[in-house]
Amino acid sequence: MASVDAGGAVAPAIPSELAGAGTAKTRRGLHGRRRRRLNVFRYIAFAVFGVFFVLPLLALLRMSLEPAAGAGGWSLAAWKQIVSYTVVGTPSLISRVIVTLELGVITAAAMLVLLVPTMIWIKLKVPWISRTVEFLCLLPLTIPAIVLVVGLVPVYNWIQQRNVSTFMLFWVYVVLVLPYAYRALAAGLNSVDVKTLSEAARGLGASWFTVMFRIIAPNMRQGILNASLLSFSLVLGEFPIAYLLLYVNLQVEMYSISRNTPNASVLFSTSFAVLVFTFLLLLILSYVGRPRRGRR
Amino acid sequence: MSVPATGVSSAATRSGVEVRLEGLSRHYGDVKALDGLDLTLHQGELVVLLGPSGCGKTTTLRLLAGLEDADTGRVMVGGQDVTGLPASKRDMGMVFQAYSLFPHMTVKDNVAFGLKLRHKPRAERDKRAMDMLELVGLTTQAGRYAHQLSGGQQQRVALARALAIQPQVLLLDEPLSALDAKVRAQLRDEIRRIQLEVGTTTLFVTHDQEEALAIADRVGVMRDGRIEQLGSPVDVYTRPETPFVAEFVGLSNRLAGEATGSGTVVVRGATLPLVDADMPAGPVVAQVRPEAVTVTSGGSTEAGPLTGTVIAITFLGATSRVTVDLGDTTVMAAMATAEATSLAAGERVTLTIRPNPVLVSAESAAASAG
Repeated sequence: MASVDAGGAVAPAIPSELAGAGTAKTRRGLHGRRRRRLNVFRYIAFAVFGVFFVLPLLALLRMSLEPAAGAGGWSLAAWKQIVSYTVVGTPSLISRVIVTLELGVITAAAMLVLLVPTMIWIKLKVPWISRTVEFLCLLPLTIPAIVLVVGLVPVYNWIQQRNVSTFMLFWVYVVLVLPYAYRALAAGLNSVDVKTLSEAARGLGASWFTVMFRIIAPNMRQGILNASLLSFSLVLGEFPIAYLLLYVNLQVEMYSISRNTPNASVLFSTSFAVLVFTFLLLLILSYVGRPRRGRR
Repeated sequence: MSVPATGVSSAATRSGVEVRLEGLSRHYGDVKALDGLDLTLHQGELVVLLGPSGCGKTTTLRLLAGLEDADTGRVMVGGQDVTGLPASKRDMGMVFQAYSLFPHMTVKDNVAFGLKLRHKPRAERDKRAMDMLELVGLTTQAGRYAHQLSGGQQQRVALARALAIQPQVLLLDEPLSALDAKVRAQLRDEIRRIQLEVGTTTLFVTHDQEEALAIADRVGVMRDGRIEQLGSPVDVYTRPETPFVAEFVGLSNRLAGEATGSGTVVVRGATLPLVDADMPAGPVVAQVRPEAVTVTSGGSTEAGPLTGTVIAITFLGATSRVTVDLGDTTVMAAMATAEATSLAAGERVTLTIRPNPVLVSAESAAASAG
């Protein structure tokens, strides 16, 4: 690649009276000052946003460690309650935690099964349709949950007559995560030279199935991981659709707890645990997302 | 189409299958990429398709590979019609211009991949992979990944991978284009050595005429979806059959001349033999190779049809190209650098044209005479 080193590349073109060390130094000085100013701005922005995000979290943590809301002092009671808390008439809290985690896994898996082969196939065989599919995948982003639910009620009436399991929510969740998953997978897919790799594999005797699952998919594992984690986090935080379709997932359960006992400490501990868990997932995502050393 | 016997005799002694492309046509929308192409690759032969981009050479290779379907025509490999077979069933090794190693596999796994698909036992796969890596000189890199290799190494591994499945036909689609000049020449010679060693019938596609001439048993020069000339490198270079071939393979001076009607042409006072002896008398344009032109200085500087002024000397390494202004036209001469250094721009010189057979064309004569 051509060097973009300003000093080296530009110097010969500068008239001699201006040329040389002076110009370079001035430019470097300007550059340095600008960079310092940028750094200061970064630190301030980082600090402001840090306080904005961390302060409520810390407050939440503090409240989860009180014996009772606003009582002061320290106690692990709220954390111990996560496993045992029950509101009469609804399932236990811990069961909802587990169901929601499982729902996240099911949704992510279903999304992968649906989207990965489809996207590879489109890229390989029917690239002209990719715009349409992208549009369809991004559509759920533009439709408000309430509108979605209005459309989904008849469908879920039908589903609920056959199976009342909360897991049935995954049908709508797969649709809900499409925009995010599509974007993540598209990025992963674009980093692979699909045409050359598939032709090379075909030439070696690979079937289309082998091309998709043993050649292309392993090389977009970054995109696959991103899409899975995004889908999973989205499901952990989903409230309106579950609530409106009369399912009890974690968020709905927490809502009903808060209706019964507005200041139940267990709300704080559970919320904090879920938030931290999601943050950890996103942190994993951004770290694993970095290219490995020496790669490409 | 004439198929000179050169190259065939040496190829016949090698193993490999015969490949016949019969009347292949392929359109992309309104664009005719291939127009009834016929080509036979003899057993173990290395045929290079040479031509500018868009001439159909890569399309030919892709049709042979089964990566695209022909509109009409047949592909015969070893006497069998494979036209309808998908790429995965055609048993052909391919090396592409773009680096095509599977990034998530080690070098060895890449090479062994084709064997794995054929359900060969692990021990056999490993041995064959290492043998192939030895053939391309990369046994020490077996455990590495593609991103840890240089471009030249990656193409070597790709070659090893293509050969590991013992393909009937080896297809090389501009495998050297992405490499720098030195590696390109090295790998070119190596591909030829390996191809002779394994004896696989090979189709090599390139736009680089030097590469084509260096490596081929036969060169097919393509233009607009057809093969303009197919012959040994020496034939194609010294006896081009069409003006396009003469222009595309090597450099040519286009000089106005007069065909005598008896197998010669008079160009600026020099009498030269014709490639096509049947050319009727009349004004023509002759294509004279730069290496057929000699420049002498210090002679008579009287004005004459072959006396002119040096306007440029281009240093090319061992040889130099001297451009001489003859008043009404300029002529390029290729000469040893040692001789060229005695010349200077602006010097009066006399040219001599060696009587090598030249190609003439009558149709463009009118245009350039006007």
